[in-house]
Amino acid sequence: MPVDLEKILRPTYREMPPFPAKHMTVASGETMVVRQADRDEIPDILPHVAKLMYVERDFYDVVAARVYAELLAYYKHRMQDEYVLVAQIDGELCAVVNGRMVNDEVGMSLHTLAFRRGLRIGAHAFATKMEYHMDVLGNSEVLVVAESPIGFRRWMIEYNLEKRFDVPHELGGVPSWALTRELFDRARGTLVIGRRPVPKELLEKARAAILPPSDPPRPPQDLMAATRAKYDPTGTALMLRKWLAEGKVQA
Amino acid sequence: MRGVYAVGIGITSFTRLEYPLSEIAAYPAMMALRDAGIRKVDHVLVANMGAGRVNHQTGLASAVVDTLSLTPAGADLIENGPASGASAIKHGFAAVASGLSDVVLVTGAERMREINNLEATDFVATLTHPIAEYVYGVTLPSLAAMFTRLYMEKYGVTSRHLAMVAVKNHANALLNEFAHLHQPITIEGILDSPEAMTNNPFVSEPLRFFDCCPVSDGGACVILASKDVAVKTGRPLVRLAGVGQATDTHCVHEREEPTDLLAVRRAAAKAFEMAGLGPSDVNVAELHDAFTILEIAESEEVGFFKKGQGHLALERGETALTGRLPINPSGGLKGKGHPVGATGVGQAHEIVHQLRGEAGKRQVGGARVGFTCNFGGFGNNVVCLVFVREN
Repeated sequence: MPVDLEKILRPTYREMPPFPAKHMTVASGETMVVRQADRDEIPDILPHVAKLMYVERDFYDVVAARVYAELLAYYKHRMQDEYVLVAQIDGELCAVVNGRMVNDEVGMSLHTLAFRRGLRIGAHAFATKMEYHMDVLGNSEVLVVAESPIGFRRWMIEYNLEKRFDVPHELGGVPSWALTRELFDRARGTLVIGRRPVPKELLEKARAAILPPSDPPRPPQDLMAATRAKYDPTGTALMLRKWLAEGKVQA
Repeated sequence: MRGVYAVGIGITSFTRLEYPLSEIAAYPAMMALRDAGIRKVDHVLVANMGAGRVNHQTGLASAVVDTLSLTPAGADLIENGPASGASAIKHGFAAVASGLSDVVLVTGAERMREINNLEATDFVATLTHPIAEYVYGVTLPSLAAMFTRLYMEKYGVTSRHLAMVAVKNHANALLNEFAHLHQPITIEGILDSPEAMTNNPFVSEPLRFFDCCPVSDGGACVILASKDVAVKTGRPLVRLAGVGQATDTHCVHEREEPTDLLAVRRAAAKAFEMAGLGPSDVNVAELHDAFTILEIAESEEVGFFKKGQGHLALERGETALTGRLPINPSGGLKGKGHPVGATGVGQAHEIVHQLRGEAGKRQVGGARVGFTCNFGGFGNNVVCLVFVREN
């Protein structure tokens, strides 16, 4: 009897109620829409994520590589109970956040990737993700981890997350932190914001196309950026290598 | 005294820079040397506040003069907190004016983003009084917040006025390719919308996030020289016509009237007196808006507007780029950024740029007289400069 292996490989999904889109005004005065991305929109997002894999700054490289893998796995049905939300301004992709349900009680926050900096766009997108877990999916807590110092300040410090260090997080197996319902309720109205329903024309514009980020994070100006602090406090070795390559000094 | 001229200028982007501090100081100096067409200088002054503490580097002036291959020129480090830059320019002025040197290269540099924001705030807070202020948790944002609250009660300044300063300076910074912040912001986004409180949360009430300058890395350079040298460069003649410095009590609470910035008032008066000019002669100014309230308060103390009326002039658009007296066309500390040791030199860089007529989209038309105010501590050590375009 022939076996449809694809059926075996694909996860059996649980019912996850859809995220009701919302909108908010950001500091620039622009209106940002946060909505759920359909599976067939993932190929439109991936190229923009891919470019960030080469940005050796603020751990964009690590985060983008992992987001790429998670989105691709979602698209190809290789991830259990995952969802993807996108934040857009005038159709432009500003942030991607994703996560998944572990069980009815526990949510697993995966990533927050901001394509525009300085307007709290990543923070708004993360807050929306937590709102989805708590208010729509009905989780009682969400496991969170930060891969960058910026993320640590935004999540662990701003939300005052609780330690769940006995639970390895799915991102790298590192100790988890948890957003509980009580902590989330404290953040309502201050960190968790937005309005519903989204005006029809705004939502239609967002759904019409995911436009490329206009000012995405860029690689550092100099290679020293990536290595200086960790491996070579003075930067001398790398500078010497650079000068050798440029013919400014002789070996 | 001999006339002293700004003959060369250079600047880095004010942002997060990922190369060593000595290079951050050297790069704008190289630009300035090229700008002036000068290869030899008599003295190098390096303005910096945190090399030893933040970057684990001391003797910065010696490193910079060697990096620039300017040995055997003399070299000194000038540290006067956030006013280090203008202090260094003042010392350069004295050296040229007295005849001690013909050419002095003044370069300011800071690399603060190597540490996180909390550490950076603590680093800057070390300039407060160690026993009467610092130990009680006083930081520059908290001092500025208390100052703002008093100012609001006494003069009717509101959060909307503060937001107007931020919006104006962010808009100016968009026209400055070297500025740290290239984010247009609106009153709607940071004050009026239902989400404004989250977009623009309180840092130290009543000051919000967008009332505070960013923490920046950056370097800027101005080369000062005698008139003989200046004429030979063939560059527009911009004279450093007035220099004024004044101090006030270290502790803010010891001031008789805490809303008066007496050091600003006195430093500006000295600078104007030396230049033989007055506030009404100024066409363009760079003020030290580390916090939005300071642009308003300083615009009054230096004499541009009557005390308590700076916010009204702001409302009327007088300080906008197209206004009667554009303030902070570069974006100021708020938009351009605030690498503390470099800030004063960066202000001078902008004014020389403006007086030469080379400021592009943010050029103030017909500017002949420019003014800078570099505010050290919380107004306890202030240096003001007046520049005049001569030809």
